[in-house]
Amino acid sequence: MGGWDFDMAELTYRQAVAVALAQEMERDDRVVLIGEDIRPGGVFKTTAGLVEKFGPDRVWDTPISETAIVGAAMGAAMAGLRPVAEIMFSDFYAVCWDQVAVEIAKARYMTGGQVSLPLVIRGVNGGGLGFGAQHSQAVENWALCVPGLKIVSPSNPADMVGLLAAAIRDDDPVLVFEHKALLGTKGEHPEGEHVVPLGRAAVLREGSDVTLIGLSLTVGMCARAAEELAADGVSAEVIDLRTLVPLDAATVLASVRRTGRAVIVEENPGQLGWGAAIAAILADEAFDDLTAPVIRVTGGNIPLPVAAPLEAEVSVSADKIVTAVTKLLDRRARMAV
Amino acid sequence: MAGPSAALHSYRKMVFIRQFESKIDVLYRQGRVRGPAHLGIGQEAVAVGAASVLRAGDYSIGTYRGHAHALARGAPAEGLMLEMLGRAGGICQGKGGSMHITDVEHGYYGSYAIIGAHLPIATGLAWASRVRHDDRVTMCFFGDGTTNIGAFHEAVNLAAVWSLPIVFVCENNHYMEYTAIADVIPVARPAADRAAAYGLAPIVVDGNDVNAVADVLGEAVQRARSGTGPSLVEADTYRMCGHSVADPATYRTKEEVAGWAQRDPLIRQAAVLAASGVPAEELAALTASIRAEIDEMAVAALAAPAPDPATAWTDMWADGTSTWRN
Repeated sequence: MGGWDFDMAELTYRQAVAVALAQEMERDDRVVLIGEDIRPGGVFKTTAGLVEKFGPDRVWDTPISETAIVGAAMGAAMAGLRPVAEIMFSDFYAVCWDQVAVEIAKARYMTGGQVSLPLVIRGVNGGGLGFGAQHSQAVENWALCVPGLKIVSPSNPADMVGLLAAAIRDDDPVLVFEHKALLGTKGEHPEGEHVVPLGRAAVLREGSDVTLIGLSLTVGMCARAAEELAADGVSAEVIDLRTLVPLDAATVLASVRRTGRAVIVEENPGQLGWGAAIAAILADEAFDDLTAPVIRVTGGNIPLPVAAPLEAEVSVSADKIVTAVTKLLDRRARMAV
Repeated sequence: MAGPSAALHSYRKMVFIRQFESKIDVLYRQGRVRGPAHLGIGQEAVAVGAASVLRAGDYSIGTYRGHAHALARGAPAEGLMLEMLGRAGGICQGKGGSMHITDVEHGYYGSYAIIGAHLPIATGLAWASRVRHDDRVTMCFFGDGTTNIGAFHEAVNLAAVWSLPIVFVCENNHYMEYTAIADVIPVARPAADRAAAYGLAPIVVDGNDVNAVADVLGEAVQRARSGTGPSLVEADTYRMCGHSVADPATYRTKEEVAGWAQRDPLIRQAAVLAASGVPAEELAALTASIRAEIDEMAVAALAAPAPDPATAWTDMWADGTSTWRN
């Protein structure tokens, strides 16, 4: 089996990765792939069919060597290629973090703009499938601490195509996080060449009582929570941030200024998360429009366990969002008494 | 063996680098250099011999001890000096300093200050040549201490597996920082004794003999350019100064330093030139003229304006800005 039918009407999130890569490899022969086991299609089958379609000069299998993979992508980008490196599980960023945070993120700046790094690092992120503490982390936050990295986390197949394409076309280093619990989800296969600009959040559902802000896996949870809340007469707006850098703060601010309430839903532990950065922006810039405290629904401050009831206990869910929103609205009711 | 004019050219470049770095040392002691500086006094033959076998278009890349490698490729010395003094017109716009000297225009793709980090990056430069089927060669310089960090292994292994056009040059100056390399490796040779692990030949060259360096690296470059794959070359040399300008290097014996001083690469090349009939007075005049040139350069650099603080916010992203949100 050589790979995917790239022309099908419906697309899984997993197939969307290969579709985006194929679209960009077709368009630009500087786009080359590098990673572990990607010629056979990758352990998540996200690169299936690409070596058959583009040949071994465009798809390079490496040893288990994340530092070499990411460093090679950096060098090749400086030399004018547009490499796309795969980190099999985003947890493995920890073994090559020097390359990402200290070399790639800094090189353009510290050379006074002498080099450009048009590269993408993509990999499977997040929990929900019982992979345990070392293969389930949602690590967008690691990158958010480091100026110089763009951060993309798509929530659906069409966005995976469009955002990954935009990441590959971007002249700066972009980290693309593919959620493992979304790989099997289906969605529309966008027509023609599909590109979604980085830095534009999507308003998935309009509402007037509260703004639910999600990323990647939590976007679907926000949408399901909004459905449930609607049944209770609560009108929730749902925003898919899509990218953390560049951050579309304007869309979030405009929404929260209307609804007066924000619930930010992040998969990672809450100790320090991207939601805290959003909450700080809202406190700074929308304080006068807020009618309730900004709430964060986050993963637990604990490594992820494996057994399903344990993982569910410490993970975010639509139910937990509904509970948080209900409490937030009850608070208003109590205050009004 | 290089002819007399090539030998004189190498000598001139080594003297220039020596005088330049000696001036940086003085400026540092006067409190005029911003941040640390790591000099390679005594190691000039490696950079100069290496650059002599590279073509325009080849890539080279090095460490925080990288002034010599940039200058040897032809980087403008004024730009380096302004960078180290934190003045406007620095080669990295004041954002790199001594440890991150870069001159892409002359093929020097940067100085990286995390030990080992640039070896995978160098591998990527060479990989690009493979992907594009061009005949550029990458030369990557690092110290003996680097051979103990994981990135060294990952990079040399990948380069060997992919048969990349790259020459890894270990400048074995016998000290990782303050600690003798012999104390932290279980073999005699930090690079050469590890080469077999990558299917590479153990190559050692006298790193204080600029002509020998050129010969050995010239062969390695030829192998890389002809598609035979990488080389790992260990150049035996000695750092006549401390790890950084702040290090008096008291952990070494006077006898050891004196022994290496006799093998100074400048003295040795001067002897080669003397044997081929170049008068000693000519070499002395050359050194005096270079010293005067660098003194003038320093006077001008110290008189240069400070950079505009607003430029601190430029050049993080490719569009020239540093904005992360709207």
